[in-house]
Amino acid sequence: MNFRQVDDTSPSVNALEIKGVSKAFGRFPALKDVSLQARDKEFLALLGPSGSGKTTLLRVLAGLEQPDTGEVRFAGEDFLALPVRRRKVGMVFQHYALFRHMTVAQNIAFGLTVRKRSEKPARSEIADRVAHLLQLVQLEGLEKRFPSQLSGGQRQRVALARALAIEPKMLLLDEPFGALDAQVRRELRRWLRELHDRAGVTTVFVTHDQEEALDLADRVAILKDGELIQLGTPNEVYEHPATPFVFDFLGQACRMPGVVERGRLRVADWESDAPTGAPDGAVDVYFRPDEVTFAPADGAGLAAQVRGVAQRGPDVRIDCLIEGETVELQAHGPTLPPGVTTGLSVRIKPLRPQVYAAG
Amino acid sequence: MTAAAVAPLAGKRRTPWKQASILPGFPLAMGWTLTYLGLVVVLPLTALIVRPWELGLSGVWATLTEERVLASLRLSFGAAFLAALTNVPMGLLVAWTLTRYEFPGRRIIDAFVDLPFALPTAVAGIALTAIYAPNGPLGSLFAQIGIKTAYTPIGVYIALLFIGLPFVVRTVQPVLQDLDREVEEAAQTLGATNLQRFRLVVLPAVAPALISGFSLAFARAVGEYGSVIFIAGNMPLKSEIAPLLIVIKLEQYDYAGAAVVGLAMLFISFGALLAVNGVQLFLARRGRA
Repeated sequence: MNFRQVDDTSPSVNALEIKGVSKAFGRFPALKDVSLQARDKEFLALLGPSGSGKTTLLRVLAGLEQPDTGEVRFAGEDFLALPVRRRKVGMVFQHYALFRHMTVAQNIAFGLTVRKRSEKPARSEIADRVAHLLQLVQLEGLEKRFPSQLSGGQRQRVALARALAIEPKMLLLDEPFGALDAQVRRELRRWLRELHDRAGVTTVFVTHDQEEALDLADRVAILKDGELIQLGTPNEVYEHPATPFVFDFLGQACRMPGVVERGRLRVADWESDAPTGAPDGAVDVYFRPDEVTFAPADGAGLAAQVRGVAQRGPDVRIDCLIEGETVELQAHGPTLPPGVTTGLSVRIKPLRPQVYAAG
Repeated sequence: MTAAAVAPLAGKRRTPWKQASILPGFPLAMGWTLTYLGLVVVLPLTALIVRPWELGLSGVWATLTEERVLASLRLSFGAAFLAALTNVPMGLLVAWTLTRYEFPGRRIIDAFVDLPFALPTAVAGIALTAIYAPNGPLGSLFAQIGIKTAYTPIGVYIALLFIGLPFVVRTVQPVLQDLDREVEEAAQTLGATNLQRFRLVVLPAVAPALISGFSLAFARAVGEYGSVIFIAGNMPLKSEIAPLLIVIKLEQYDYAGAAVVGLAMLFISFGALLAVNGVQLFLARRGRA
């Protein structure tokens, strides 16, 4: 269970480099010495609870916020020296931020029409580009509509097309699906990933939804209180959360106090081999409520008493009393061992416990 | 009942004259609304419309074409139009400064904007006259460069600027306040310059409010009396406004003549506001349809 962080900092691979960026709003530190890199054409998710600084970091990348200290480079170029409008980043906002008085086509063409005359494409070329983008975001036939005549999902696709129209060096998405309902969210998520792969543009995506981040991104950067806690592929961060916070944030968690001595982990009356790299002494043991096996009361594991079993759709929730504390466990219908009923004494064995020094 | 029964037979779809509502009390509410509006608004206006004709058509025409009447109408509407027009960009600037920037004393300045609303207009007129009179602090400065402000049409214009400003500021301010900053930021990331951001994003959003502010300031300025008569000097043909001429005619017991001028003002104002509404409607159609 060795935690390896992919840490490749050669500039030829990294398109985006953020070094030691700090930013405070008055007395409130929004970002504390954040350093991370995104590779060319990578899909990077910034994940964290609200107030973790993820949106501030995104706004620093866009140029809408100037950091107090630190460095931001894109393809070797000093990004902080460039004003917003010269960075050529496509930004998509949570609440779409469409131009209400312009049609869909005018919205998409905006980034092209505001160019200097010498750089502005010809009218017919702009029309072609808009038509192509409308096709890309599957909104053909809606070019004459106004944003108020579109659904939330459609509006966000217009915003995306508008951002892509300027052929951005980097796509920045600030909780783009935050205002949409779950169904549309899931559809758009897959579609966005496909779009990213086709467009081949480095993308930074801000979200507080861990499922979204794990599903979409090549790598996930987890932030908390303005600090980068962990950076890795979805699998790495999920399988080997660097801190209890990450463990807790990425999914449901059960926590038990324990002790590690001479390579053995002891939790209440259950003893097993300690995971590699586990710290000695008092520890907190974390495990997912659905990553457990049940054994008879005379087997090995944590002694537990079943207090209640409830079917919740495909899942079964099992409330257990372990060491005087109620723990909610989860099993899927078919994986629930028969015979686990209320009042039964059982043994519970966490399959992949994570061990952190007690804090 | 019969109408409803007959309508399908006639093969025409008749739209009911009133949408069904779940709110009770429509007859009572409508009745009072009409009565009140009739008493307060329509009745006086009717009197205004009826009164002049005791002079006969030729008499009305003669009054209307009096040089003094024409000059006063020209001054009243011209100065009101110019003042409202000036207040549109200036009011936008004031509203912009008050909403966009955080600075010490912002609230006090914000309160200052309302003063022209609150001050009795006669007081404002006396204050303005004191300042812009040839021996006043500002008037003497203008006099040095050969411009006479008080007791000329320029004085009328200044007084109308004063009373019109809050109308523009107060209509534009909430719109600016509610303007989504992200929309402007989106424009920035798409490569728009500050000027383009203002022209293409901010201005279209506040345009309807600006037009409302303009028409309010204009309507108020046309009818303004108290603050103007002190600074205007009221020289016939030069700096005499139409409302004052009405008062003069009333003092001379020329009620019908006064009504003629009033009627002319009514029609011009009505036409002007109609035109403004037309522009607004046009903008609204073009925008969020």
